Amino acid sequence: MDIPDNRPNPDELLASIKLEEEKSKRGKLKIFFGMCAGVGKTYTMLQTAYAEKSKGADIIIGYVETHNRKETADLTEGFEVIPRKSYQYKSTTVYEMDLDAIIARKPQIVLVDELAHTNAPGSRHAKRFQDILEILDNGINVFTTVNVQHLESRSDTVAQITGIIVRETLPDEIFENADEIEVIDLTPEELLQRFSEGKVYAPERSKEAIERFFRKGNITALREMALRIVADRVDKQLHEYMQLKHIKGPWKSGLHLLVAVSYTQQSAKLLRWAKNLSYTMGADLQAIYVESSHKLDTKENEQLNKNINLARQLGIKFRIVTNSDMVKAIVGFAQKENITHIIIGKPRVRNLLTLLRLGNFVNRLIRYSGNIDVYILGSDIQSKDPFREKVSLPSFTSDISQYLIASLIVALSAIICFFIKGLIGYQVVSFALLFIVSTLAFFFGTGPILLSATLSALVWDFFFIPPPYTLHVDKPEDMLMLIMFFIIALLSGVLTSRIRRQEMKTRIREERTNALYQLTRDLSTATGIEEVITIAKNSIKKYFNLNCRILLKNDEDKLEYASHERTNFTISKNDMSVAIWTFQHYTKAGKHTDTLPSANYTFYPLKGNQMNLGVIAIQQEIVFTQGEEQFWETFISQISGKFEREYLRNMAKQAFVLNESDKLYKTLFNSISHELRIPVATIMGASDSLLTTQHPEEISKELSNEIFKASKRLNRLIENLLNMSRLESGRISPRLDWCDIHDLINKVSESLQDELRPFSLDVVIPDDMPFVKIDFGLMEQVLYNLIYNATQYASSSSSLRIKAFYDNGIMTLQVMDRGPGFPSKEISLIFNKFYRVEGSKAGGTGLGLSIAKGFTEAHKGTITVENRQNGGAKFTIKIPTEIPPVELKG
Amino acid sequence: MNLTETILVIDDEVQIRRLLEITLSSNGFKISEAGTGKDGLIAAATHHPALIILDLGLPDTDGIEILKKIREWYQKPIIVLSVRNSEDDIINALDNGANDYLTKPFRTGELLARIRVALRQGQESEDNPNLTFGTLIVDLPNHIARKNGEILKLTSTEFSLLALLAKNSGRVLTHQAILKEIWGFGYVGQTQYLRVFVAQLRKKIEDDPAKPRLLITESGIGYRFHE
Repeated sequence: MDIPDNRPNPDELLASIKLEEEKSKRGKLKIFFGMCAGVGKTYTMLQTAYAEKSKGADIIIGYVETHNRKETADLTEGFEVIPRKSYQYKSTTVYEMDLDAIIARKPQIVLVDELAHTNAPGSRHAKRFQDILEILDNGINVFTTVNVQHLESRSDTVAQITGIIVRETLPDEIFENADEIEVIDLTPEELLQRFSEGKVYAPERSKEAIERFFRKGNITALREMALRIVADRVDKQLHEYMQLKHIKGPWKSGLHLLVAVSYTQQSAKLLRWAKNLSYTMGADLQAIYVESSHKLDTKENEQLNKNINLARQLGIKFRIVTNSDMVKAIVGFAQKENITHIIIGKPRVRNLLTLLRLGNFVNRLIRYSGNIDVYILGSDIQSKDPFREKVSLPSFTSDISQYLIASLIVALSAIICFFIKGLIGYQVVSFALLFIVSTLAFFFGTGPILLSATLSALVWDFFFIPPPYTLHVDKPEDMLMLIMFFIIALLSGVLTSRIRRQEMKTRIREERTNALYQLTRDLSTATGIEEVITIAKNSIKKYFNLNCRILLKNDEDKLEYASHERTNFTISKNDMSVAIWTFQHYTKAGKHTDTLPSANYTFYPLKGNQMNLGVIAIQQEIVFTQGEEQFWETFISQISGKFEREYLRNMAKQAFVLNESDKLYKTLFNSISHELRIPVATIMGASDSLLTTQHPEEISKELSNEIFKASKRLNRLIENLLNMSRLESGRISPRLDWCDIHDLINKVSESLQDELRPFSLDVVIPDDMPFVKIDFGLMEQVLYNLIYNATQYASSSSSLRIKAFYDNGIMTLQVMDRGPGFPSKEISLIFNKFYRVEGSKAGGTGLGLSIAKGFTEAHKGTITVENRQNGGAKFTIKIPTEIPPVELKG
Repeated sequence: MNLTETILVIDDEVQIRRLLEITLSSNGFKISEAGTGKDGLIAAATHHPALIILDLGLPDTDGIEILKKIREWYQKPIIVLSVRNSEDDIINALDNGANDYLTKPFRTGELLARIRVALRQGQESEDNPNLTFGTLIVDLPNHIARKNGEILKLTSTEFSLLALLAKNSGRVLTHQAILKEIWGFGYVGQTQYLRVFVAQLRKKIEDDPAKPRLLITESGIGYRFHE
C-alpha cells in the first residue's frame, strides 16, 4: 500500500485554490441542519436573519414555510417577501419560489426553506437545490434548511431505521460544499415535548406523526446520524483548512478508494456505503463499471443509468471500462489511478457452479490486486447478486423466432442424417450435429444454442444410438460419447455466442471510432460556420438518426435564433428560454434532464476550450444509454471544437480587416496630406512673392503660371477624391447613352493636349466602329486617367497608342505606352486604392487607376493590365454594350 | 460693346465675388453684387443688368429656384457658375433657362469669352443672314453652307442642324434641345440620330473631322458650335 504523503501535492493545492476562488465569486450557502421536522430550523434561520438584518444586511424571504407555527410566522414580519409564482399543474395551481424575481432583486441574502424540495412540473429546475445553485451563481447568499433524512447517502439508512422511504433527496455534494452548516439540535425528549404541545403539527396530526415516525428510537437514531455527519464535516473542514494554509498534518488524503459497481440495485447501496466510508477515511472515491460481453436488458440498463446518476449525485467520479475480464479491468484501472482500496459487493452464492466461479473472481481479484486492499461488503439477501454478470449466465433474451429456427434446423439436419445413417454410421451423425450447433452459435443467442445443443443430444440418443427410438444407451462408450457430445455442444455454442457478442461490442466501438474519424475528416475540410452546421447536422442524422438544430451565439455573445433557417425543427419561445439557460450554464437541459424537463427538446451546450459557442437541440425519443451518451458528448465536443476554430478564425480575420483599414487610413493620410500641401505651398509661396516683391513682368508671369499649374494639380486631386468617394458610397450608376468613340477619344486628348504634346499619339479605330452605349462622362474620366498616367511615366517622344474596336457585344478600349511598364510582382496591385508602385516619382495619389477600375466596373466591364513585349504597359478595357440598329440615314 | 453694361453677380462667396469684380471691371464692365438669392432677385429687378452670373449653392434659396423666378420676366443672358459639376445639374440649369454653364474652378479667360458670346447673342436678335466661322459660311436664307467658297452638299436635316448650332454659336445646346428642335418631340432620347448627323456634319465642315474645331462635344450634355 502507498504510504500517505505528508505534504500537499501541487494538484491538490491547485484544486484548493480554485475551489477558494470559485467560492469567493459565488454567493455563500448556509444550511440550517436538523435531524427531523420540528426541531426549529426555520425558526433559527429567521432569527439569524433577523440578527443580520439589524446589522444592516439586505435580506429578503424567497420562500419560507411557517407550517402555521405562530412564533415562526411572527418572525417573518419585517422581511421583504418575494411573492411566489403560480404554476398550473393539471387542475391545481401550485405556488413555487419565484427564482427570476429573486435574481432580479439581487439581495445580499435570501432565505429559502426546504433545500430538498421537488419543484412542481413546469418549473425551470426539477429540484429546489438547483434553483439555489443558480441563485448562488448570481452572487447572492442563501440561507436554507434541510433534514438529515433528505441526504442522498443517508436515505437508505433512514429508510431502514424508520421504514419510510424518502423521495425528496439532496445530492451530498451540495451539502458538502455548503459554506456553513448550523445544526439545530434538540434532545428527543424536548422534541417530543414540543410535539405533544402541538407546536409542530396540529394536535390530531401530531398524534399520528408520533406513532408513525417520531418514535423515540427513531429520533435518537436520526439525531446520532445528524450529529455524526456534522462532526465528519468539521473534521473534513479542518483538513481543508490545513491544506489551504499549508499546515503539515496527518493527511489521510493518500487514500484513494475505488468501488466496483454493476447494474444491480445492490450497487446503489454499495455506492452510498462507499461514500460514507470515504468520508470517514478522508479518502477520495471513484467508481468503476466494467462493460463486459454480457448484454444488458432494458431493466438492467435503466438500473445502471440510475447507479451512474447516483454516483454523480454523490460526487463520485464514474468511469466505464470495457473488458471481458472483470478482474483485469478493475485491477488495471486501480493500478493506473493509484487506488489504495478496492470495494466490491459480496457476491451472492446461488449454486455450486456460481460458487466456484465467484470464488474464483474474488480469489483472482485478491491475487492480482497485489498491495491494494480489497473490501468485500455484505450483500443484502433481497437484492440481486451484483456480480451475476461475472458468471456470465446466459441471458434468455433472444427472440422466440430464434428458438424456432434453431430447433427447425436441428430437426432438418437430423432428418437428413437419418436417411444417410446407413452410409456414414451413427457416430458420424454426432459430428454433423455438433457442426450444426457450432454454426448456429454464430447467428443466434445463448438461449437458442442451449436449446439446440440439448435437442441435438436428445435426437442423437433417441434416433441414432442403438437401440434406436429409445433414450436408453447400450454401450458404455456410447454413453461417454453422448455426455461428451452434450458438453462440447454446450461449450462451443456458448463460447461462440459469447465471442460473437464481444465482437459486436467491438464492432460498435469500431463504428463509433470510425464515425468520429469520419466526422473529424469532414469537419477538417469545412470552411465557414454554415458549412460546419451542415456537416454537423448530416453527421448527427447519420450516426444518431436524430434531427437537430444548432443555435450559435452572435457577436454580442447572445444566443441567436435564426428563424430564417428552413427546417421543420421549430423552436418555441419556451424552448428558446431553455436553450438560453443551457447556453448560460454550460449544462444540458430540457427533455430527459433534471432541468426544465417540460421542454420539447434536449439541449446540449457547445463548449469550446475557451468559449461557449452555442447550443445544440435534439429531438430525442429514447434516452441515451451511458455508452451512447459518452459517444454523443465526444461527438459534439468535436463539433464544438470546430465551431470554436471557425469563430477564432473570423475574429482573426476581423482583426486583420481592422488592421488593414487602419493601414489604409494611414496611407490616405500620408499621401493626401502630401499631395494637398505641395500645390498649396506653391500657390502660397508664389502669390506671396508676387505680393511682397516687385518682379519684372517676365518673372511675375512665370510665378502666376506656377500658381495656375498648382491649382490645376489641386483640382485634379479633389476631382479624384470626389470620384473615389462616389465610388465608395456606391452611388455610381452610369447614365448610358449612345456615344461616338471618336468623340470620346478626341475629347480626352483635347483636355490632355498639354501633357500629350511630347508624345506621338496614335489612335486606331476601325471604320465600321459602331456607336456604343456608355456613360460618356465616366468613360472620359477612365480614359483621361489612363492616358494621363501614361504621359507621366513614358519617356517623351515615345508613342502612345489608343485602340478601340467592337466585337460580339463587347467594346474594347486599349491604351498602350512605351514607358517602363510595371514590376511583375506589383502588377496585380496597381488597381488598389492608394497603391503606388515602389519608387514611382513624386506626385500622384494612387487613386487614378482605382477610379478607372471602379468606373469600368460600374459599366459591368473589366479592366486589365499587362506589360508589352517591347516595353511599356497595355491597359485593356472591355465593356459589354449594345449597338444601335442599322437603319439610320437621314 | 457698351462699356457701361452692368453684370450682376449672385454668389455667397466673398472671394469669388471679389475675383469676378476685379476681372470684370478690368475688362470694362460694371458690377453689382448680391450674396443671397433674395438680394439677387431685388438687384436683378432694380439694376437691370445686361447679364447675370448666378451661383447655384446659395444660402437661402436653391439657385435653380432663383433661376426660374428671374427667368419669368428677365430676357437677358444668365450664366450659371457653380461647383456642381454633375451632368444632371448642368442639364437642369440649361433646361431652366440658363444660357451657359461654367463649373468652379474656372478660368477667367473662359468666363470672359462666354460672357461676350452671351452678350452678343442678346444683341443679334435681328436676323443676320450670313454667319461666318473661319472658312465656313452659313447662308441661312438660301439654305446653303460654303466651305472655302465651295458649296457643301448637305441634306436638309444636316443643314437644319448646322443652322441651329451656328445661330447659337458659343452656347451649349443640350442633346434634348437639339433633338426637339430638329426632329420634334417624338425623338427626344434618340441620341443615336444626333450622333450620326454630328459625325456626318463634321466630315463635311471640319478641316480634320478627327479633331473637330467647330462642332465641339460637351461631355454628356450636348454640343457647342465654336464662335
